[in-house]
Amino acid sequence: MVDSKHQWKAWLYLAPAIVLLLVFTVWPIINTVRLAFLNNYNSLTAVNQEEVVTFAVGIENFKTVLRYDGFLTALKNTALLTVITVPLSTLLALLIAVALNSIKPLQKFLQTIFFLPYVTNSIAIGMVFAAMFNVVGNFKIPRLVSTYGLVNNIIMFFGGDPINWINAGSGYWANMFVLIFYIIWNALPFKILVLLGGLQSVNKQYYEAAKVDSTPRWRVFTKITVPLLSPMIAYVVITGFIGGFKEYSSIVGIFGNTMGAPGNEGALNTIVGMIYDVLPKQDYGLASAAALILFAIIFVVTMINMQVSKKRVHY
Amino acid sequence: MSEKKAFNTMHDRNMQHMNLLQRITKPLTITGTYLFLFAMALIILFPFYWMIISSLKTLAEYREAVPTFWPRAMIFSNYAEAFSTGNLGRLFLNTAYVGVVSTILSLVITVLTAFALARLEFKGKNALFAALLATMMIPGELFTITNYQTVINFKWMDTYTVLIVPFLVSVFYIYLLRQNFMQIPNELYLAAKVDGTSDLKYLIKVMVPLALPTLISITILKMMGAWNSYVWPNLVTKKDEMQLITNGLRNAFNDTSGNTNYPVQMAAVTLVSAPLFLVFLFLRKYIMSGVSRSGIKG
Repeated sequence: MVDSKHQWKAWLYLAPAIVLLLVFTVWPIINTVRLAFLNNYNSLTAVNQEEVVTFAVGIENFKTVLRYDGFLTALKNTALLTVITVPLSTLLALLIAVALNSIKPLQKFLQTIFFLPYVTNSIAIGMVFAAMFNVVGNFKIPRLVSTYGLVNNIIMFFGGDPINWINAGSGYWANMFVLIFYIIWNALPFKILVLLGGLQSVNKQYYEAAKVDSTPRWRVFTKITVPLLSPMIAYVVITGFIGGFKEYSSIVGIFGNTMGAPGNEGALNTIVGMIYDVLPKQDYGLASAAALILFAIIFVVTMINMQVSKKRVHY
Repeated sequence: MSEKKAFNTMHDRNMQHMNLLQRITKPLTITGTYLFLFAMALIILFPFYWMIISSLKTLAEYREAVPTFWPRAMIFSNYAEAFSTGNLGRLFLNTAYVGVVSTILSLVITVLTAFALARLEFKGKNALFAALLATMMIPGELFTITNYQTVINFKWMDTYTVLIVPFLVSVFYIYLLRQNFMQIPNELYLAAKVDGTSDLKYLIKVMVPLALPTLISITILKMMGAWNSYVWPNLVTKKDEMQLITNGLRNAFNDTSGNTNYPVQMAAVTLVSAPLFLVFLFLRKYIMSGVSRSGIKG
């Protein structure tokens, strides 16, 4: 069957994809590694001079990134956001999925509602969250505040004090709270979808057996539901970690390009945000080194996740 | 005999006891479950509700110390203002153009590649497929750096090309469609060969219609991606009139000083969100089945 004429035809079908992949996927992989290991590579020095500039090979870029003040902030923010939001959103999604699976009327309707955040533009809805937490006026001078914003109004209705969530002079953890809340809100739909899909394919016999033994609900949940769902849970946790380390647009949605509350720009920057800050300055060497570090982090975290799930996942 | 009877009555009594307990706890758990789900649904829906009612308020009403949960008077002029402030009309057209063209081209490339990988025989097929899958592990940010450099060298900045071409090939879509194509029995292909049908004709007449649900999922995900893309257009477009809708939205309303005209901003956000909602309402099934297999947004 496999004659040379056939081969030639197959490559014709593949040609468009292969050409594009070579330019926009394969070359970038090679080039990123190359640039990252060329000391202080910067396209301004590379292009602007007539003679060919050569760069020494070394790990200077990595050193610069690691010494760079903003990198540690970005790493801390990214790690904190991931470590906090992934377990919380997974647990919440699991509870919602189990609840959804146990009801009949309104199940499809509620399922649709829980999917809604997925079909939104994360920057646009981030702006809505910002509006709900925003204080109109000067927070420090109560006389000058026209409204404390919806969330503060709710807090005050229950007798609490208003909090400066995202405006000038707001604290780190107030900012982080808003981000965590938004990221979880945003992460739920995909997790619920996958977990509910898993629950619906679970063999009903296990539950029947538990019913006969009149096993308490909590034990059914921890001893039957969670183990049977563990492949799906592992899947949403792994993709959650990968997505978490690439967090960027939720912060842009709420705080804007400045990646921080007014007067505190960059305080909430993430690793991806840092790469995009460096790019327009054409510091490709630095950006490449940062991207490789991000890749290494994601790779290591994913491997750890896989190892853990290998031990705990029941297939 | 009497012993057995005694045991039976005891058993019955136990069962009755159980039933009574169940009769009390079951409605309670069901009510609890619904309450929990409704509370969660409320939290999910609230931002959308707030977005819409805020977009209809006057600025004065929005800034009242105690917020109103329904606008006293509906002000639709916020929408007109939002449209002109953000130059949204032009950006809507840009986004629609980029979305449609890149989806069509992407579909053609995906179908051809998936077909070759699923049906045609050539040397190195498995190696190529494995290499493709391997690229899926690398975070997209890593490609962005060199691609940024590349499009500057190609002098593509501020063109539609730069917004369309770099993302035409998605390994994930190829993978999805290849899996779908593999499920179509090979006998159909061989029969078509015997009849003298060409590969291309077979692909268009038989395989594409059979894989239509997957193709629809890919179309929607790709369109959603175009609609939501922010980072890349922000990097490669310097002229305002070449940007996409999300960039226009974020840049036109980038003031976080607290004195923003929120009703107008919320009107803009509503305008940008509405098309996705409409698509979702009509094509929910395809979106959800596509998403559950992908794990990526857009």
